[in-house]
Amino acid sequence: MTPTEQDLIRFVVREARLLDEKRFDEWLTLFTEDGYYWVPLAHGQTDPVLHTSLAYEDRLLLQLRVERLKSPRAFSQQPPSRCHHLLQTPEVESMDAAANAYVTRTQFLYTEARLDEVQQYAGTAFHSLRVVDGALKIVLKRVNLLNCDAALPSIQLFL
Amino acid sequence: MSRYRDDPEALRALVQDDQVHRDVYIDDELFALEMERLWSRTWVYVGHTSQVPNPGDYFTTDIAAQPVILVRHTDGSVRVLLNRCAHKGARLVSAPTGNTGKFFRCPYHAWSYTTDGALLAIPLKKGYDGTRMMECEAGRGMTAVRNVEVYRGFVFARLSDDGPGFREYFGDSLSSIDNMADRSPEGELEIAGGVLRYRHNCNWKMFVENLNDTMHPMVAHESSAGTAKKLWADKPADLPKPMAIEQFVPFASSYDFFDSMGVRVFENGHSYTGVNFSIHSSYASVPGYEDSLKQAYGDERAAKILETARHNTVYYPSLTIKGAIQAIRVARPIAADETIVESWTFRLKGAPDQLLARTVMYTRLINSPLSVVGHDDLYAYRAIQEGLHAEGNDWVSLHRNFSPEEIGKADLTTAGTSEISMRNQFRAWLRYMLPAQETTA
Repeated sequence: MTPTEQDLIRFVVREARLLDEKRFDEWLTLFTEDGYYWVPLAHGQTDPVLHTSLAYEDRLLLQLRVERLKSPRAFSQQPPSRCHHLLQTPEVESMDAAANAYVTRTQFLYTEARLDEVQQYAGTAFHSLRVVDGALKIVLKRVNLLNCDAALPSIQLFL
Repeated sequence: MSRYRDDPEALRALVQDDQVHRDVYIDDELFALEMERLWSRTWVYVGHTSQVPNPGDYFTTDIAAQPVILVRHTDGSVRVLLNRCAHKGARLVSAPTGNTGKFFRCPYHAWSYTTDGALLAIPLKKGYDGTRMMECEAGRGMTAVRNVEVYRGFVFARLSDDGPGFREYFGDSLSSIDNMADRSPEGELEIAGGVLRYRHNCNWKMFVENLNDTMHPMVAHESSAGTAKKLWADKPADLPKPMAIEQFVPFASSYDFFDSMGVRVFENGHSYTGVNFSIHSSYASVPGYEDSLKQAYGDERAAKILETARHNTVYYPSLTIKGAIQAIRVARPIAADETIVESWTFRLKGAPDQLLARTVMYTRLINSPLSVVGHDDLYAYRAIQEGLHAEGNDWVSLHRNFSPEEIGKADLTTAGTSEISMRNQFRAWLRYMLPAQETTA
């Protein structure tokens, strides 16, 4: 399968929808086995290993987050948070069928609400994608928050 | 209405031997007094010398809710200045870090100051001829904090001239900073990896108390550490354990584990858990690192440095450190119900990068605003902040393992699940909250 531009865009929109509908198990399957979810702490950050990030999670850590959300003892989720991704149409940054490497860039507004509290964030998400067994998968979802270097409150769901 | 400022008896009534009054967490006047007394008359952590390596390098922060600048002066010494123009009071620098060159210059009227705070120049200075400006506060330049101490690169300041000396204040608790620095084959630390700043909608003391609270991890962190344990349980025994699992799982240790860990308290509110071992004791060794330590210190001393794996050391009231993984957390109080918790990490000079990678991962997993461990801690603090507004019970219980004999002991080691560290903090709290003339009474 060689994805079209429309396939890439549809994929990113669906990814956000799975998060907003809290279909986290399905969301997790969108990542490759070696996939990462990365929220840098610094603008233009290039190193996730020797520099701290807000989040830098492989499949195991993402699975931990998803399993925790199901736990009756996840106290900070009583009552649970809700999230909402408002996306601008994703732009395709690069398509390299020969290398099986595709990158999209998506401007977003993210809202997370719990009880009377609402938080809003603006940012840009980069999805690095690869076709695995005929389906697009996420190799890296990098979320650049506009205010990544601010003192932030708890952000509990996925940006 | 002032209930506490001029009434030492009212302050004394807040702290009993084994419980504290809820006002210490929720009362705005007490918060203001804490900044003015406790946080000004004790030694508060400012920053680390490695953040300002060159002359003119500065780092800005708040201590006792006042803006300060940590700056490397032209002569190579480290200075702490209040971040306020002597003229009209403008904050002089706003960036978190930078280099100011040889002087600070106010962006409003261009008054300038050398990096020790002295007034350097004023435009059209003759306009002050015949005035008493130079004899007033304005003529003295930026206010320099007189009491600054550098201990193995950690810079502490005491804003008030009234208060204990540095060594007297911290005593043997400084051995935790020593252990962290000694873990470098060169005996030196360097701030690296950025700072996580986590906004807490709770009183600063809830965070500080939690550092030596060993009765909460198995409860509050069941959903995170307990889940990590379950996820790894069905993996083959010979599969190498990922660093993240190694770091998460010990939080789900038993009551017995935390009790056997032990806690040691010192005069002035300081303490550490993990006297005998800790949640950091069984991390995998890093190839090459132990050998470089042995080379630097000899086998016996290197072994001693590595087996000291304390959990959290509290340098009351502002700093908490994890020597075993070179991470620190700093409390920056904003209001009675608001605190910023900063998490910094260190590179051990001369040690493999893998050690920095380990502390960077730990601090991200545990201390980030996106941390599943942090979420449940903050949820509990906030629940206390709200719950304490309930009438009918004015007291917060700190009775666990209380014994009257602990009172007045300057150095005491006991069972890890005791609430002694919190009682010890509040004894110090009261000492430094009383008006100066009452302190020794």
